[in-house]
Amino acid sequence: MAHVGAPSTKFWTPANILTAIILVVGIVLTVKRFTMGIGSVSNLSDDNPWGIWIGFDLLCGVALAAGGYTTTAAVYLFGMKKFHSAVRPAITTAFLGYAFVVFALLYDLGRYYRLPYPLTIYPGPTSFLFEVGLCVALYLTVLAIEFSPFLWEVIGWAKIRHLVHKLTLALTIFGVILSTLHQSSLGGLYLIAPSKLHPLWYSIYLPLFFFISSIPAGLSMVILEGSLSHKYLAHKMDDEHHHGFSHVVLGFSKAASVVLFAYFCMKWIGVAMDNNWSHLSTGWGWWFLVEVLGFVLLPCLLYAMAAREKNERLAFWASVMTVAGIILNRLNVSIIAFNWRLPAEARYFPSVEEFLITVFIVTLEITILRICLNKLPILYQHPQFRDAH
Amino acid sequence: MEFMTYHDFMFWTKGMAYVGMGLALVGFIVFWNFLTTREDDRFADKEEE
Repeated sequence: MAHVGAPSTKFWTPANILTAIILVVGIVLTVKRFTMGIGSVSNLSDDNPWGIWIGFDLLCGVALAAGGYTTTAAVYLFGMKKFHSAVRPAITTAFLGYAFVVFALLYDLGRYYRLPYPLTIYPGPTSFLFEVGLCVALYLTVLAIEFSPFLWEVIGWAKIRHLVHKLTLALTIFGVILSTLHQSSLGGLYLIAPSKLHPLWYSIYLPLFFFISSIPAGLSMVILEGSLSHKYLAHKMDDEHHHGFSHVVLGFSKAASVVLFAYFCMKWIGVAMDNNWSHLSTGWGWWFLVEVLGFVLLPCLLYAMAAREKNERLAFWASVMTVAGIILNRLNVSIIAFNWRLPAEARYFPSVEEFLITVFIVTLEITILRICLNKLPILYQHPQFRDAH
Repeated sequence: MEFMTYHDFMFWTKGMAYVGMGLALVGFIVFWNFLTTREDDRFADKEEE
């Protein structure tokens, strides 16, 4: 193993102190939300029942966790074994991403013990939300099973680890099917609000937009996290991860550029189909152009140049822009361009507590990810199970 | 643009969508060439060797 960037032995570093403060504040606000109600911590209302917890934590969380199904599909379904080193980090990120999507959803629901109700007590099988709930529940289970071998390897339970390993292909196929369904259905949720969502973002193709854009989002997250792991956790990586990383970055850059190009074209087909050209000359139109040109076309070209020139640094910045673009798109659809006709004083803006709870959830996820990457065989193969993949 | 009938609207929007799809297909060929030219050069070099 390489020993580059070995960690400091000091525990109370400035980053850890900041993390501790955020976690303490988050726990206090969590207690406040679950004891004093949603109104005590949020600006949500009947006009704006879905706020930043849905727009950012849920919509962005699900899109950015798409690295799990894209990477496993590339390796196990399309046989691209050169990307194998990216599978474990991608599954870990996806599993934690989905787990925290469900965790964040509890803040909105309030009565967390009723989470299984739509699947058991009051099923609504004609609803998009039912489909999203069912798919997320099933996919989280699939990801938990895919993630479990990392634990079994550490504990030394070889039999159950081999049993799960045999299920890899079936789990991958099931995961891709479920992701296709719920990634698109999240966009489908907004089909019910054509009069509330701005025409430039509203389209009958919203489910397709959400699904297609989740692919570069997932690929970008794998590149982004891989680059950061390479920089800060290099001492944890084995040779496969060190040498395979360039293949992952350049291969995923190429794939992401092609999908972003298709997504860019589809966005314009959407504008043409609804004849929304006249909106482009308004302020909303300029904002739409910022999103589509600045955060779809530009990263698409950057990725293409990175893949062409074999420039990993450029690929890293393209991944940052793509992730920012996906977040911007989901926030535009769910918050910024939603209820756009309402006067400014009636528009939704998150409260400080909503922001802080979101920061708390993201910080908690990153902390657990750090622990997983440090303690589990994710960036390296467990010596006892080497070549058993 | 004003439309007098639904047919006018569909004719215009469908027409624009078809033009857009045509441009996207042509654009994709250019984009693909840009993306893969270096790889082709590399393979050509290998064949020459």
